[in-house]
Amino acid sequence: MSPFRAILAKDLRVELRTLQSLPGMALFAMTTFVLFRFGLDRTSLSGSLAAGVILATVLFAALLAINRLFVAERDEGGFDAIRMAPVDGTALFAAKAAALVIYLVALELVLLPAFGFLFLDDWAGLAPLAGVLVAADVGLAATGVLVSAIGVNSRARDLLVPLLLLPLAVPVMIAAAGAGESLLAAGGPSYDDVGKWLAILALYDLVFVAIGYAVYDFLLED
Amino acid sequence: MADAVIVQPRERAEATASAPAIRASGLVREYGDLVALDGVSLELAAGETLAVLGPNGAGKTTLVRILATLLRPTAGAVSVLGCELPRQAWRARGRIGLVGHDPLLYRDLTVAENLRFCAALHRVEEPETRIERLLASVGLERRAGELARNLSAGMAQRAAVCRAVLHEPELLLLDEPRSHLDPEAAALAEPLIGREAGVTRVLISHDVPAALEESDRALLLDVRGRLRYEGPSRDLSPGDARAAYGGRP
Repeated sequence: MSPFRAILAKDLRVELRTLQSLPGMALFAMTTFVLFRFGLDRTSLSGSLAAGVILATVLFAALLAINRLFVAERDEGGFDAIRMAPVDGTALFAAKAAALVIYLVALELVLLPAFGFLFLDDWAGLAPLAGVLVAADVGLAATGVLVSAIGVNSRARDLLVPLLLLPLAVPVMIAAAGAGESLLAAGGPSYDDVGKWLAILALYDLVFVAIGYAVYDFLLED
Repeated sequence: MADAVIVQPRERAEATASAPAIRASGLVREYGDLVALDGVSLELAAGETLAVLGPNGAGKTTLVRILATLLRPTAGAVSVLGCELPRQAWRARGRIGLVGHDPLLYRDLTVAENLRFCAALHRVEEPETRIERLLASVGLERRAGELARNLSAGMAQRAAVCRAVLHEPELLLLDEPRSHLDPEAAALAEPLIGREAGVTRVLISHDVPAALEESDRALLLDVRGRLRYEGPSRDLSPGDARAAYGGRP
């Protein structure tokens, strides 16, 4: 088994066994939906508002997982064990990013039907929106793993991670919201601008994955 | 024992000729204003055992973490298994085993899962056979399926010994490896981490007579991380070694 697969399998096994991240993310997201529902005092959303609600909820739920991403590595000596092995740091970066994408996709599988049920009159845009969310997940995962690795040894980790991540996530949010606005438009999804926004998302994903591969070994060093 | 650093020039020259497993000169490691190691030099030939002695706060664990490629020295030069650190750390990794204060086990994985994970990182061939054999050798075969969080400190230390030697390292860094082991467990671990293992070892221990007994060379640090003795273990008496344990960190 390759180190990438070993680290990813370890993280998923620990999550399945302890349920430390996913249930908390799902509960947080559902609570946020309820708050939006009553806070906006609307039974139906569309366009940019609908896209904003789903994306803001996913982003803040992702923060919960990102904060916990390296806790076991730090508290249980995983960093030392991995750094003493002949393993490229990028294997750790890729495995953590893949784990985060899997968590987010699992969250969205629960979230999207709930979102449709609570806020949408027309569910036709939900399936293509899922594709946009996956592209956004990749960007969030790449930046999230970088930021989490920077913040993990800080006592102010809970503050540092959101402070660093949220500005970096702005381009993801803009592009995903742009695509989501068209897909959740009143009267049914429109695909006019979706390609443009998806291209921006893909470019962002590519840039941050490349940055992660370039700098991750240095982040892990003392 | 002299107060000053004892370095034997002729002995050094001979060791250099036989390509030492570890060579360090003028190692300094600072944590902010705190100097943990202050100009430590040492040399250890392949297959030898070095006892690292000194009081709490003398920088013993810091030295071991530098040798394990986990910490960078602030100043000085160090090579491990022929690799200059930190520049060639990647070449040394995978050839070093560490038993430290922390067992380096994920608490929510079982003992066997932890070892399988390490085996994958080190690309150990036929991992299941190796893991079974190691667990049996330390008397943990019936605990293979137990979560690491449920192990006693002694059991976790046995598992940590298995983890450290799983990939058959050329250099073993042992930071108080028997601290949680009862006499029977220590005896079981002996073939894996004792002299019988037949590998180069760096051993930190507060049992000064025993450490001197089972080592070829000794390194004595004082409470400020300065070198008080470096040379053959037989030339350092337990009484002289204990003299360095005075002072406040």
